[in-house]
Amino acid sequence: MGQKVYMDHAATTYTKPEVLEEMLPYFTEIFGNPSSVHGFGRQARRALDHARERTAKALNAQPSEIFFTAGGSESDNWAIKGTALANRDKGNHIITTAIEHHAVFDTCKFLEKNGFEVTYLPVDEYGMVAVDQLKEAITDRTILISVMFANNEIGTIQPIEEIGRIARERKIYFHTDAVQAVGNVPIDVEKLNIDMLSLSAHKFYGPKGVGALYIKRGVKILPYIHGGAQERNRRAGTENLPGIVGLGKAIELAVENMADHNARLTSMRDRLIREILSRVEYSRLNGHPTKRLPGNANFSFEFIEGEALLLSLDLKGIAGSSGSACTSGSLDPSHVLLAIGLPHEIAHGSLRLTLGDDNTDEDIDYVIEVLPEIVTRLREMSPLFAQNKGGREFV
Amino acid sequence: MYSEQVMDHFINPRNVGEIENADGVGQVGNAKCGDIMKVYLKIENDIIVDAKFKTFGCGAAIATSSMSTELIKGKSIHEALKLTNKAVAEALGGLPPVKMHCSVLAEDAVKAAIEDYLKKQGRAE
Repeated sequence: MGQKVYMDHAATTYTKPEVLEEMLPYFTEIFGNPSSVHGFGRQARRALDHARERTAKALNAQPSEIFFTAGGSESDNWAIKGTALANRDKGNHIITTAIEHHAVFDTCKFLEKNGFEVTYLPVDEYGMVAVDQLKEAITDRTILISVMFANNEIGTIQPIEEIGRIARERKIYFHTDAVQAVGNVPIDVEKLNIDMLSLSAHKFYGPKGVGALYIKRGVKILPYIHGGAQERNRRAGTENLPGIVGLGKAIELAVENMADHNARLTSMRDRLIREILSRVEYSRLNGHPTKRLPGNANFSFEFIEGEALLLSLDLKGIAGSSGSACTSGSLDPSHVLLAIGLPHEIAHGSLRLTLGDDNTDEDIDYVIEVLPEIVTRLREMSPLFAQNKGGREFV
Repeated sequence: MYSEQVMDHFINPRNVGEIENADGVGQVGNAKCGDIMKVYLKIENDIIVDAKFKTFGCGAAIATSSMSTELIKGKSIHEALKLTNKAVAEALGGLPPVKMHCSVLAEDAVKAAIEDYLKKQGRAE
């Protein structure tokens, strides 16, 4: 009856009203170019500086180490290409993982075509990188380690502190794609020995089209966009001031609210996982049982396909996502689900539900009620269910 | 992304199920690729008197299975063998380009079921 439940917060979040409120004057009243000398420009410059301070504070960085970009994908591209090309004299080897976001993965593939060598570290069944394998992969030609803070599909949180320590000991740059982690996991770039960190405002209730790259002072990296002195000569182009103001407000709010946000989401998530696994046979949780993002639940339902599941949920007003091939536009299901060892046919039947601040216990009740019915209906249509049911143990 | 007809056949698929002692059964696709269609036919005097299907796959896979079984019911096997994937897609008001392979699978499943019937009759071509 018109019930709407949004559980795709890992794809994007809404912009919080208090964030939007701070942004609005920067479209109409305080519209100056921060590079201009006049009062309009100076006023805009102050807002830009303030947003940079807020962002730096959220990460325990210096404001001069924060560079605003157009989002997480740009930040990842810049961090990896920028350090790879700037440090070519030292080596051509990059270490990353098999479960990175495509912004990292495809950038590494691009560099491979251009003379770099890339090691893609495997992960265990929970999606966790083995630190020992990382150590073994390091050579005297290694110039960069890029490991995501938390995975966007299955929510697994990586041992970032250990990886940071190893990278620092071996004097190798360490970049982390923290797009999913910011606002969900406390981040201290000093303590964690992070050299570069990517973030994106629309994942923590800020606006779309704006992100940042933290670049530790002293890191040798090429400028990303040429053509102006903005962002300390490293990222030219007139700043997206309303967006940047929104990012600053959103990250400050996210850090302030983190404890409450995490407690609420974790409790709802755990109930959702517990109930779905007990109500639906031949189902499993993907990702780590505890070391996972507070809002992330990722299931596989055997004998059915993810897109049919998403369409059915959508008809009931529930928004989720899937790692099936049909939703990715390619023939293969999610590389993350394959990397944790799922067979193709089970990866096709995956469902990601990611909770956010607007979700309620009633939303969880509704999903718990509706989802098992949908799975049953699709299984009744599936030739695999009748053939395999009861015949073997689930993976 | 889907037409109204596709959504209609996805929400209310026609002919879901199995036919016991079917005269022809055809299964195409594989689970690895995320699509399996299985078509069951009841055939009397070379006329398809009933058709049912079971499908593991996306929305388009379910809708094309539903539509293709609708299109061949009451037809002679010779007419049904002329069913094309294009006709299935057209009857559904079109499919997104990345989903056209679902209509190919539907055509193949129908043909596999008819061939199975012909083989059982000792008339395989």
